[in-house]
Amino acid sequence: MTHWVWAICLFFLLLSGLQIFNAHPALYIGQQSGFEFDNAVLRIGAVNTPDGPRGQTTVFGKTFDTTGVLGMSGSAEQPSFVGFPGAVTIPSFRDLATGRVVHFFFGWVFVGALFVWFLASFINGHLRRDILPRGQDITGLPKDVADHARFRFHHTRHYSPLQKLSYFGIFFILFPLIILTGLTMSPGMDAAWPWLLDLFGGRQTARTIHFGVMVLLVLFFIIHIVMVLLAGPLNELRSMITGWYRTSPGTLREEGDKP
Amino acid sequence: MSNLILNRRRLLVGSAALGSSLALSGCDQFDFLGQRGNPARQALEQANVLTYKAQRALIGEQTLAREYSASEIRQGMKPNGSTEPTTPEYMFLRQGNFANYKLTIKGMVEREVSFTLDQLRNMPARSQITRHDCVEGWSCIAKWTGTALGPVLDMAGVKPEARYCVYHCFDNIQKTLSGEIFYYESSDLVDAYHPQTILAYGLNDQVLPVSNGAPVRLRIERALGYKQPKYLHTIELVDDLTPFGMGKGGYWPDNGYDWYGGI
Repeated sequence: MTHWVWAICLFFLLLSGLQIFNAHPALYIGQQSGFEFDNAVLRIGAVNTPDGPRGQTTVFGKTFDTTGVLGMSGSAEQPSFVGFPGAVTIPSFRDLATGRVVHFFFGWVFVGALFVWFLASFINGHLRRDILPRGQDITGLPKDVADHARFRFHHTRHYSPLQKLSYFGIFFILFPLIILTGLTMSPGMDAAWPWLLDLFGGRQTARTIHFGVMVLLVLFFIIHIVMVLLAGPLNELRSMITGWYRTSPGTLREEGDKP
Repeated sequence: MSNLILNRRRLLVGSAALGSSLALSGCDQFDFLGQRGNPARQALEQANVLTYKAQRALIGEQTLAREYSASEIRQGMKPNGSTEPTTPEYMFLRQGNFANYKLTIKGMVEREVSFTLDQLRNMPARSQITRHDCVEGWSCIAKWTGTALGPVLDMAGVKPEARYCVYHCFDNIQKTLSGEIFYYESSDLVDAYHPQTILAYGLNDQVLPVSNGAPVRLRIERALGYKQPKYLHTIELVDDLTPFGMGKGGYWPDNGYDWYGGI
């Protein structure tokens, strides 16, 4: 249940977040943004060249031509000079105010759903059984990595070590990190919890981490979808809806299983 | 249990429909949320009310915004928004080096009062090195010097029914067919009486320059940049924000930005 709530939340948070990023398409390290000194680690913009305007992205001092995607997009007749193109922002046109309205609404829903999930998973044992990695998950990790690399998947009733570790990383590292770095960008929250600024090394570093975690979550999403497809999407989706899951032959039976 | 399954299924179908329609037609699907009066947008805006209430409950009324050391002032204060008001009234004052400037406190007060720049400078001063956070996403650290707003309001005697301060400014930030729009902002009395809320006339140990809001700019340090009105001339105590501008309590709030501005 909560899965679909935060799937929808993350979708809106991502696209409205890119809208917000476009209002100032640069990321910095530290408390402030360097206008008279350079502490930027990412900068997306457009430059004039002898061949006309080009989109340009600078990451850690290395500059790439990203015309058509970042910095400059749209058609040749009607180029649009924005960081991320309108196809991946909400709204599709430049509108920071609306991006913020959408972002903060789904931010609240996301945090609420996560809270419900943690509470429910703690009570019903999902957290202890399926998410928190145990000793055998760590020792079983190399074999699981090798099996995944050969596309040899075992569908058992339990999550595999790699699965456990990635879900653990999502719920205990990436989700808390993206929420806390988001809060660090609020001047009100910085007054209430000044340790946020120290924890992340400044408001602008927090903004950079917020962006970085977003990239990791998008990568997770892609892998997640690929794995679901490889694992047999009908079986997986059926299990998410009904709780029924067909395992690989040879999986030991447990009490309560239906034939 | 069957209810739960139905709900899951409904959500699943809903999100699948959402996802596939998006893949087909890009993101302009949600452009209607940009319409300022749209009911769906107004529903989403309620999250900002929740944020305001949550932060007011969580953050002590006197809790200070972080102050930085002098070594962290690494650059000039970046000017933004209006940087050179062009109204005759302001240009006249500027020519006279603001000798004729007056800050007026009016509205729901016991007595309307006005102060010249020299009178403000002779009041107890406070300096603070703080971080200015623009709603666009950037931050800039600078030293602000001024006198606390709270005691100035007390000289006028705020009436108990007053709930907000409206800050009226000289700058004509937007020219429309029906005339010029002047910048204004507002805050609740918690922000107005906060110890770091100052009527700033100095920036980085210099006289506040025109590009940063001369002669007087308000600082509300626990809020974003648009809550720091420049070129301030009148503070009006009110119990209702709807008669001003488009009724949302500020130039940027009228343009769809959150009124509270603490996030």
